[in-house]
Amino acid sequence: MNPEELHYTQSHEWVRIDGDIGTIGITDHAQKELGEIVYLELPEVGHLYNADDEFGTVESVKAVSELFIPISGEIIEVNRAAVAEPGIVNDDPFGDGWLVKLKVTTDDEIRKLMSADQYAEYVEAEEKEK
Amino acid sequence: MSAPAEAAALKRTPLFSLHRELGAKLIDFGGWEMPVQYSGILEEHRAVRERAGIFDVSHMGELEVRGPGAEAALQRLTPNDVSKLVEGRCHYSAFLTERGTFVDDLLVYRRGAGDFLIVVNASNRPKDFAWANASIGGDAEVRDASDAWALLALQGPLSGSILARAAGEDPTDLPYYGFRTMRVEGFPALVSRTGYTGEDGFEIYLAPDAAEPVMRALLDLGRSEGVLPCGLGARDTLRLEAKMALYGNDIDETVTPWEADLGWIVKMLKGDFVGRDALARQKAAGVTRKLAGFEMVDRGIARHGYAAAAPHGPGVVTSGTHSPTLKKPIGLALLPVADTAVGTEFETDIRGRAAKARVAPTPFYKRKKEATP
Repeated sequence: MNPEELHYTQSHEWVRIDGDIGTIGITDHAQKELGEIVYLELPEVGHLYNADDEFGTVESVKAVSELFIPISGEIIEVNRAAVAEPGIVNDDPFGDGWLVKLKVTTDDEIRKLMSADQYAEYVEAEEKEK
Repeated sequence: MSAPAEAAALKRTPLFSLHRELGAKLIDFGGWEMPVQYSGILEEHRAVRERAGIFDVSHMGELEVRGPGAEAALQRLTPNDVSKLVEGRCHYSAFLTERGTFVDDLLVYRRGAGDFLIVVNASNRPKDFAWANASIGGDAEVRDASDAWALLALQGPLSGSILARAAGEDPTDLPYYGFRTMRVEGFPALVSRTGYTGEDGFEIYLAPDAAEPVMRALLDLGRSEGVLPCGLGARDTLRLEAKMALYGNDIDETVTPWEADLGWIVKMLKGDFVGRDALARQKAAGVTRKLAGFEMVDRGIARHGYAAAAPHGPGVVTSGTHSPTLKKPIGLALLPVADTAVGTEFETDIRGRAAKARVAPTPFYKRKKEATP
């Protein structure tokens, strides 16, 4: 399910922290909701974002969804393989289907994100509302 | 990611519990809780192009028009020529406003001299019935029979052989847009060689109680050949590749058949019909905009409602998706007529970003006709 070491947003992104590098993607729940992803629009390296900024879009056959950056930072790498073959995000959302890496500006924001358990509860509550 | 909004109190077809059992993802489609996909839109799309797929389209509306004056009434209510429609055939047509714009697009089936079945879009059914009922005149009556009919669409190159096994008779002697009654899995059915996918296929009209056993039987018969249940997601990508109009997207009460590139359903010489005067005036004055197919030059999918800027003026994208067959974004747009030649480039506005598109030949996909033996 949702890897323990990641941090999660209410808009269904995740972030993995390695030192001052944050790797960002969308969750397995998100990719299932979207269906087969056919198009990713991601920023250029060097873009600066504040937490909750829109940083791109993910598009399935049926729908477009905006992507929001979980924590502030500067984009240092974009997953070109995922842009070329967006199906990777469906196949491996927590691994090869990552979207961007950024240099983290501040440590404070991580604490506001959800743990794997909290995110699982959040998804469950969201499903019940439907 | 932003979460989609949910709605309440949706109508369900007789196949609802089967959709659940098959693991369908259900959505609100015009007030109906319908499967958008089962295994995945791309896989279902491929199944229909290469093998066959089965769709529940029981949400469609059926109006029965009967009486000695039924033909005359439909000649007046629809722009296509009902006098040329022989028993056992159906044709594509429309209800038009006095302005010549689409109340709905529909199929007219002639079951007998004074006995017609009209198949309309689910979301327009109350409007269509009210409109037809108000305009029908004497010697004919219209009845909303939608609740008496379930509808399955079996589409794809294998559909004829699968249906033959379920019906115990060969349906492939039906011509395109021909229909007849037959028993399918023992249930009485009206079967027409029609569809909304650009493939060979059949639409099977059944009593509501028969829908589930027949769908189960067709799935069982086709399982070893890779036949899949298909949702509205694949139905949309299939119809768009075949350049079939979708009411509410490409056509509505602001668009005329001339503009929609559907002039072939308008028979101006047959006599008077609702909308004829307006269509004659528009033709005389010159049609200024027209529906054209496009493919993207820049990256991105230009979707329904996105603005377009063409060399001779503004336009609007009416449909846009990722084409599973062509593996690239395609769409339809209403553009100034002068900008509808294949190859013409124009800009679309994808959520604030300018993205170039190019008018493309349509249909985007055309099936290879088999050589007749």
